[in-house]
Amino acid sequence: MFHRESGVFKTSYAADMALYPLPIAKWAVAAFAGLFIVIAPLALGEYYISILNLVLIACVGALGLNILVGYTGQISIGHGAFMSVGAYTAANLVVHLHAPFWITIPAGGIMAALIGAVVGIPSLRIKGIYLAIATLAAQLIIEWTINHVPAISGGVQASIQVPRPTLFGTPLKTQGQLYLFLMAFVVLAIVGTANLIRSRIGRAFIAIRDQDIAAEIIGINIFRYKLWAFAISSFYAGVTGVLYTYYLGIANYEQFQLTVSIDYLAMVIIGGLGSILGSIFGAIFVTLLPILTRWFLEDYGWLLFSGQDLQNAIPNLRLILFGCLIIFFLVVEPDGLNRLWRNIRNYFRVWPFSY
Amino acid sequence: MPEFEWQFTLVLLTNGIMIGLMYSLIALGFVLIYKATDAINFAQGEFVMFAGFIAAGAAEIAGAPFWLTALIAIGGMIGLGFGLERVVLRPMIGRPVIAVVMATIGLAAVLRGTATMAFGAGTKVIVLPVPDEPLDLGFVTLPPIQLLGAGVSLVFLAGFTWFFLRSRVGIAMRAVADSQQVSMAMGINVQRYFALAWAMAGVVSALGGVIWGAMLAVDNQLALVGLKVFPVVILGGLDSIAGAVIGGLIVGIVENLAAGYFDPYVGGGTKDFVPYLLMILVLMIRPEGIFGRRRIERV
Repeated sequence: MFHRESGVFKTSYAADMALYPLPIAKWAVAAFAGLFIVIAPLALGEYYISILNLVLIACVGALGLNILVGYTGQISIGHGAFMSVGAYTAANLVVHLHAPFWITIPAGGIMAALIGAVVGIPSLRIKGIYLAIATLAAQLIIEWTINHVPAISGGVQASIQVPRPTLFGTPLKTQGQLYLFLMAFVVLAIVGTANLIRSRIGRAFIAIRDQDIAAEIIGINIFRYKLWAFAISSFYAGVTGVLYTYYLGIANYEQFQLTVSIDYLAMVIIGGLGSILGSIFGAIFVTLLPILTRWFLEDYGWLLFSGQDLQNAIPNLRLILFGCLIIFFLVVEPDGLNRLWRNIRNYFRVWPFSY
Repeated sequence: MPEFEWQFTLVLLTNGIMIGLMYSLIALGFVLIYKATDAINFAQGEFVMFAGFIAAGAAEIAGAPFWLTALIAIGGMIGLGFGLERVVLRPMIGRPVIAVVMATIGLAAVLRGTATMAFGAGTKVIVLPVPDEPLDLGFVTLPPIQLLGAGVSLVFLAGFTWFFLRSRVGIAMRAVADSQQVSMAMGINVQRYFALAWAMAGVVSALGGVIWGAMLAVDNQLALVGLKVFPVVILGGLDSIAGAVIGGLIVGIVENLAAGYFDPYVGGGTKDFVPYLLMILVLMIRPEGIFGRRRIERV
């Protein structure tokens, strides 16, 4: 991540495909892992770790959506609904069968993947705007179904209480414990995505994104791979939904509405389409944005607003800022934060001799 | 199983037609933009809401009479249309679909935030100069506001159809939609027509905002009307005005019938659900809709 190489010395395809281009990259990743796995949970308070947990959950979802949007070039405005599928699957398993997390998480993911694949079926015939609207319809239909079928949503207000997961017989009570638990899934998601993209499937995805008709002509079964993209991406979304349910302690469809789908789309766009690092940047950015806006306005908002006005203004200002940032990135830096990061790196690569 | 009631069905049907025509008006704004610029406006509902807020705000602050508030709303939306095209949409020309979609989604967020910031979160009312008592037509009774809305919709739909078929500007717009390069070569100022399309969508949204705002009251929820636009335009065809009318009518009638007959069994909400189910079917069978142009893709 931080290394500076002086040129391209790769002599084999294997070297070009390597996850760690130089040994120092390995050390950089190890240092980062140490910082976030060992030091962060010890150094930060409960509240800050709970925010980090939100970021971690968002990372999984953003990675999944990036597989679909960034790598395969399909659009989904229905990822919030796929998350709710995962969430309710897990919640029902926990409530009725007392299933442990190592069953509920894959089950939620697989259920979401199945639903996602069904939603992806129209992608064979339609693309672009039509697909966007079809997934929007899926979002609304799934939301409605969960809300109106008592067998799925149970209880009052379509919400189900879910206890925290237990690991080795002890429930994960504190945010710090939950942090390590979630971190494991983020690492799995990152490694999974990185390897998926280097595989045959990943290359097929990228070919479809770049030009689907051409991809079909060179022998890629478009239908199969588009469905794979939807299924894998929805699997991530389902897992995200389960993790979020464990985090909140409750499965509630209101946590997975259209705005959530839009938040995740914003993550992959602001972070950078077709990039793992970008997904993580985006997840961090979009998750922290409302929190930082609130902190900032609570401290300095009195300069602009008085008393109660401030409390009313915060959600609106947040909305405006959110929209403006999406537009700003689309207009000014379409490749997102990842591109900014690469620009900085490239500048320092040859740094004091920039000619 | 109760006996089939003609009266009930008739009421649902007429209501559906009225509401459907008013959907068509909002869908028209969407179609205008798609027809001329190939951009998909996910912020159409927010446009309508914003127009409603302008009209209600003008009436509230200045105590302006009805015709003046409508004019202020139209003027404001024309300005907004021009401005947004220049700042947001013009840099998006030629970019992938998802970029345009996301830009208008971002726009929707900005408009929603700005409207509540500027006009307050409370619900506002727009008073139209029509009586409140329903009109009795013998077999059904209709609220006059729906009749007015349907009438305005019809006038504008007919007007825009004429505009695109006959007027010089309308023909130029169709040319731009067909091929930007050829239009440029023929001496058409493409950018000006893009801006004009957004301004025209602004006018339509302003009317929609006044009428829907008068019917439902103006607040954040008004933007949800925009979600109904998608089934309407997909059914009718994204680039067809006639399609917007037919799509609007189908959606209006189907959702009213569904709500009338199924709501008691599933506990409400059918209205928001059935149009989308219908839309998915259309997407599977005939993605370009009833009147839409089929696009041929070349590598």
